Amino acid sequence: MFNVYDIRKDFPILNQTVEGKRNIYLDTAASAQKPAVMAERISRFYLTEYANVHRGNYFLSEHSTESYERARKTVQLFINAERPEEVIFTRNATEGINLVAATYGASNLHPGDEILLSRAEHHANLVTWQQWAQKIGAVLKYFDLNEDGSFSKEKFLSALSSQTKIVSVTAMSNVLGTVFPVKNICAAAHSAGAKVLIDACQFAVHKKIDVHDFDCDFLVFSGHKVYGPTGIGILYGKYDLLCNMPPYQYGGDMIDHVSYESTQFTTPPARFEAGTQAIAQVVGLDASLQYLMQFNFSEIEAYESSLTDYMTEQLLQIKGLKIVGQIPDKGGVCSFAIDKIHPQDLAFVLGKEGIAVRTGHFCAEPLVNLLGYTSLTRASLGIYTTKEDIDELIRALYKAKSFFE
Amino acid sequence: MSIDTLIEDFSFLDGWEDRYRYLIELGNKLPHMEEAKKREEWKIPGCQSQVWLIPHYDGQNISFESDSDAIIVRGIIAVVLDIFKDKSAQEILDIDVEEIFDKIGLREHITPNRRSGMLSLVDKIKYYATQVLKGHNEYSRVSSEKNL
Repeated sequence: MFNVYDIRKDFPILNQTVEGKRNIYLDTAASAQKPAVMAERISRFYLTEYANVHRGNYFLSEHSTESYERARKTVQLFINAERPEEVIFTRNATEGINLVAATYGASNLHPGDEILLSRAEHHANLVTWQQWAQKIGAVLKYFDLNEDGSFSKEKFLSALSSQTKIVSVTAMSNVLGTVFPVKNICAAAHSAGAKVLIDACQFAVHKKIDVHDFDCDFLVFSGHKVYGPTGIGILYGKYDLLCNMPPYQYGGDMIDHVSYESTQFTTPPARFEAGTQAIAQVVGLDASLQYLMQFNFSEIEAYESSLTDYMTEQLLQIKGLKIVGQIPDKGGVCSFAIDKIHPQDLAFVLGKEGIAVRTGHFCAEPLVNLLGYTSLTRASLGIYTTKEDIDELIRALYKAKSFFE
Repeated sequence: MSIDTLIEDFSFLDGWEDRYRYLIELGNKLPHMEEAKKREEWKIPGCQSQVWLIPHYDGQNISFESDSDAIIVRGIIAVVLDIFKDKSAQEILDIDVEEIFDKIGLREHITPNRRSGMLSLVDKIKYYATQVLKGHNEYSRVSSEKNL
């Protein structure tokens, strides 16, 4: 059963004080805090189980390999992939997108082909395709959202054409909180003959990923955002697609046979995991996902959604405060601006009050500019966020207002 | 205001709230840069707020004009500009800003882990001083901009 006060006990960092104040962490959208089980798992792995994977025929290496491959199965379960071989370990989501662009993109896109993104993409998605489009001579297009930040089926469909070869969209905006109808996007894109990459970084924290149901071709997310370690990310790809993609990097473990003259590359996923991987992080991610999967995602969603509503309600009571992206059923982020107070000034005061929020353009500079700002403040939720955290934020915002007005 | 006066002023302030209030006061007094001058080339990259810095070289000393859209940052800019006021290039390079910020209880704003951009501002000031000393290309650019 989902009880936030019990959950908080699993995250030791939340029980610390910062600047002499209670630690109020409202920046989960940037990176989530870690359950003790994850850190303990990594520590135990290093201290008692560690060896390189896929190499030795000795006990520790076999044991390590087993843990590493078990993690792949956990991820398979977490995203409902058909087979574990569809799960590739990367450094982070950014690397996953770069991998797809550099392998699938570079070998399948031609000059004049269109790549379609939403206006709300994170730099990881935007910059990667922007640069590859330039390199290839492909055309980068964006579809607009509605005024309120919600997804517009009409606007998406009118930007989609038979020239579109890739649609690369977020499943949930890190600025607006908009949850995109991923399944419908995939269906429409497929009938136009395009492949779809889903950036599930924000979505993965709050909602259940189901690649089978989405029918997406690729999907990425980062470990550190789903209460897991840094330095580890996931790329999901449909197996047939992966099999036809060239390697991303060359090196050890991605080969079947090497001579002085040539190399025969192995099958996925190993083809895309050159060199020694972040083994301990993979094992740690396993622990984090196991931790997360003990809860029912619908319980997490229900809790976070009521908390998001509460936060929205409370924030809007502050005079001069405007939330960008007031959409029903949005994910647990609120980006806002307060009249005449610069987000950085606000963050200075909030920081001193022990409150961690993000300020700036959240790695989505074009979107923030499009909304008419150079900088915003964002409070975001996780499974450990309480109503009291929100109350403290509101109290501190009033204090900041008294400071600057 | 001299740096010693500034350090003394700050020494009377107790706690971050008073220090921030004083910074806001200093920020309010800092002259605003004309909008036309806020060009991309004078922008300091890597700041959470927008910060502009324009050097003026009179053949002997370098002076600076700076602005931001955040008020506490403007306060910090006022402190930084005071520190580097009416100094020669060599004097600018010799100043240990960290030590001064330490004395006035604002050290956190000048350390690399704080992305407020104040360290970038100081680095840029020192960069201009270095260019003047070297007599490199930048020298003419810095001096030609004095009538901006």
